[in-house]
Amino acid sequence: MDLQTLTSMNWGIMAPEFTVLGTALLLSLLDLFMPRQKSRRILGILSAAGIVLASVFLFLQFSHEPASLFHDMYRLDSFSKAFKLILLLGTGLILILAYDYKMDREEEYRGEFYYLLLTALLGGLIMASSADMITLFIGLELLSLSSYVMAGLRKRDKESNEASFKYVVTGGISTAITLFGMSYIFGLTGETNLYTIGNALQDTSILQNQFLIAFAFFITFAGLTFKIASAPFHMWAPDVYQGSPLPVTAFLSVVSKTAGFALILRFFLLVFSSAPGIKGDPLLFQVQPYLAFLAGATMIAGNLAALRQRNIKRLFAYSSIAQAGYILVPFVSVSAMLFETTWFYLLAYLFMNIGAFAVIQEVTAHSKTHDISGFAGLYRRSPWLAIAMTIFILSLAGIPATAGFIGKFGIFMNALGASQGHYVLAGILVGTTVISYFYYFNIIGQMFFRPEHQEGRLLHKKGLLLVTAVCAAATVILGILPGTALHFFYEQFQLTDFFQTMEQK
Amino acid sequence: MNYMLSLLVFSPLVGILALSFLSWKNERAIKLAGLFGTLLPLILVLIAAAGFHSSVSGLQMTEQANWISYTLEGLNGSMQLKINYELGITGLSLVLLILTAVVSFLAALASWNMKNASKSFFIFFLILELGMLGVFASQNLFLFFIFFEITLIPMFFLIGRWGYADREKAAYSFLIYNGIGSAILLIVFVALFMKTGTLNYGELTKILASPDGAAVAGSTFRLSVLVSLLIAFGIKLPIFPLHTWMLRVHVQAPPSIVMLHSGILLKIGAYGLFTFGVGFFPEEFKKLGVLIAILGVINLLYGAFLAIVQTDLKKVLAYSSVSHMGIVLIGLAAMNEAGVKGAIFQLVSHGLISALLFFLIGVLYERSGSSDIQDFSGLAAAMPVTAGVLLAGGLASLGLPGMSGFISEFLAFIGLFQTMPIIAAIGALGIILTAVYILRAVLAVTFGPKKETHSAFKDLTVLEKVPAFVLLALVLLIGVYPEILSKSLTTVLDTILLGLRG
Repeated sequence: MDLQTLTSMNWGIMAPEFTVLGTALLLSLLDLFMPRQKSRRILGILSAAGIVLASVFLFLQFSHEPASLFHDMYRLDSFSKAFKLILLLGTGLILILAYDYKMDREEEYRGEFYYLLLTALLGGLIMASSADMITLFIGLELLSLSSYVMAGLRKRDKESNEASFKYVVTGGISTAITLFGMSYIFGLTGETNLYTIGNALQDTSILQNQFLIAFAFFITFAGLTFKIASAPFHMWAPDVYQGSPLPVTAFLSVVSKTAGFALILRFFLLVFSSAPGIKGDPLLFQVQPYLAFLAGATMIAGNLAALRQRNIKRLFAYSSIAQAGYILVPFVSVSAMLFETTWFYLLAYLFMNIGAFAVIQEVTAHSKTHDISGFAGLYRRSPWLAIAMTIFILSLAGIPATAGFIGKFGIFMNALGASQGHYVLAGILVGTTVISYFYYFNIIGQMFFRPEHQEGRLLHKKGLLLVTAVCAAATVILGILPGTALHFFYEQFQLTDFFQTMEQK
Repeated sequence: MNYMLSLLVFSPLVGILALSFLSWKNERAIKLAGLFGTLLPLILVLIAAAGFHSSVSGLQMTEQANWISYTLEGLNGSMQLKINYELGITGLSLVLLILTAVVSFLAALASWNMKNASKSFFIFFLILELGMLGVFASQNLFLFFIFFEITLIPMFFLIGRWGYADREKAAYSFLIYNGIGSAILLIVFVALFMKTGTLNYGELTKILASPDGAAVAGSTFRLSVLVSLLIAFGIKLPIFPLHTWMLRVHVQAPPSIVMLHSGILLKIGAYGLFTFGVGFFPEEFKKLGVLIAILGVINLLYGAFLAIVQTDLKKVLAYSSVSHMGIVLIGLAAMNEAGVKGAIFQLVSHGLISALLFFLIGVLYERSGSSDIQDFSGLAAAMPVTAGVLLAGGLASLGLPGMSGFISEFLAFIGLFQTMPIIAAIGALGIILTAVYILRAVLAVTFGPKKETHSAFKDLTVLEKVPAFVLLALVLLIGVYPEILSKSLTTVLDTILLGLRG
């Protein structure tokens, strides 16, 4: 490849990525040359500007024809646009959280967080856009490595160190497993591009390796469950969520998870959509019972363990494991509504979870404890914050008139509307949802029924209030008028281009 | 296009809005706003009733608007799964809407003397009313479910914050039991939606009854859906052995909320069973008739037996509610005109009577701080009016002719004797037991040795007389002139019976 072909390529389709990358580089340089004893909060504003700019580019791309770079290695299609929207939105909100996060004196002078957040986001964007095992893996690792460091950002804090260490070790193991699985796929087909792999797997000579294909499927899937924190790789979440600084926890539970789902959907649907199963049925149908088992186990494990938590961050870690189980259901049942319902749930999840984390940050900063008793009497101390938190919790619990309910309804339609209805899975879903009432409503009970331990009003940082208000409004609006988001989705994203290969223009 | 029903359903929002602008210190203004917040739906429902034609069959005042639609990209073109916003009323839902508005208004009036009734109490109260009105006005399963769940959350807060000593436990057990019920409902609704492609009551009935309905939903599917509905609404109703949460709520929740709960919320269970169970699956419902009748008789006898031994008035009434809901089941199980009519009459009648009785218990509790039967012996001397109304309410509850309770029990048993005489005969024992526990409780309160402490008790104030007399008057009106109810129910019964004959 000479310089001419390199410059003639349509690099414009990577505009959001380049913006994020440029901002990250700029910030790291600035951080280097800024005086030691100067607050790095200015970097936060710059990175926010970078994200806004990247979002503007993304919006401009909405009307763009589907396009690709390097023969479908890097795609700008509806799927990537839809997921990038969530990633950028989530990171933007988390940045505001981070801006108001009360660091220790020393950490105030450290700028790493901001550009690590941006590189992690960049990894997520690459994951959403890639259709090649190599770029997918680069995106995955970029996201993971940045997250490992972010988890350990409070370096004087034991829990933060523990979080980072556990995250690196389990992350490394899962990455190795993912790669192991991918190596089978590469070995069977000799290709790295997902579309060509998908075609190659239909070859009759492959048929004698049916078992290897199924094996590759499970190994890769098991490795990738790490990113979305679902069974079997979910046990890192509680420790890491608990130890990480709060904005990082929010990032891991929302943005990182969304990127993980984008990767899983893209990878497995493209590679295995027409892969032969063992004797007969297509593989994606044959693996459904096993995937359903994993999804069910995730919901049960997450919800049951959450029952016993007193630490609010740990509780939300288990809650987010449970939520990952819910979001896996559409993927398990592979129905025609897979994309919109998953997208909608992730969007709803973004607002309700980041909103909840904003309130948690506000409350724990004031009460100096992560025990849920810190929420006691919040309604008396700060009624609006308590009402917002109630909205988020009701949404997480899937109560109607909130976004979470519509999302769950969509998931149900997937589970029961698929060619063979997954009644057991749907049953586990509602059963565990009822179990989740115990711990979700326990927080509400603390806020409304218990007398307050502490006096005084909360700090009410402006950024946090903004995030809380935006998320609460979005949660309610998406709950009452979900048609707006769905209409937007159908208007902007024609997902029929998901399975189409594109010749480079 | 008319927006009468939407106006009615969302009218409590006016009160909520007004309340949220009031200062929490101004107690009187808050109570007034709460009261007027419930008055508005009452006025609107009466206007709606005036415009309702009881002789026309089918839905009236229908409203429809697009809400959510999912596009399915299939191999043979795209298909749309639509969820619409659909409201409409039949004679039955109109009756229940009126009941809701009346009892809500009177319950708000009953909250007037609550010392800790604050701004949020009335806000939750009005959200609860919004949910209840919506449940009865919906013509779409999705909408029904949303309103059904909207009643759950304010109830949780109302019990958990304003209840008595053991309130939090009651609130959580309410939440979990009803949560399980709605979880089952959700699965059923989505399954029906996926099978038929619609959530509208009318279209569902049509599809399920049509000749190719068997292909859409097989008989095992139908039967399992019906059983699931029976469990889901059985929790709400409640059916033995799913009733324990309801006892806790009746004992722990503040009296005005129990008026709503016992008066209306329990009826949602019966309404759901009737509209969805009997309406969608008449054949299967008939098959389960014996089972439902037996469940009804068990409810009736179990509730009555336990009511006999209770020493707390609230518990007597709670078990009495269990017992009386048995009659609803008995009437539905009979699956003939008299039976179904009796069941519906029982809904309204029990709604009014239990609201009245719980209101009186609230009055007594406020004066004495107790609801133990022994603490009130000889009350007639100190509070003649209260004791008199209590006696009248009790007599209505045990089914004295001339009161509403008589009509409903009589019709329900006539219905069951026609189809299942043996079960009906066993169930009829319940009537005797009812008389025993009611008379035991009421007579022990009214007569007997007079207590010194009672002399300090004031009889019903003017404000308290309104709920007491209005409810009693309605009970008597239905008892003496049942036609007033059955007039608007005729067309509903005709449609249902038509479905039964197949």
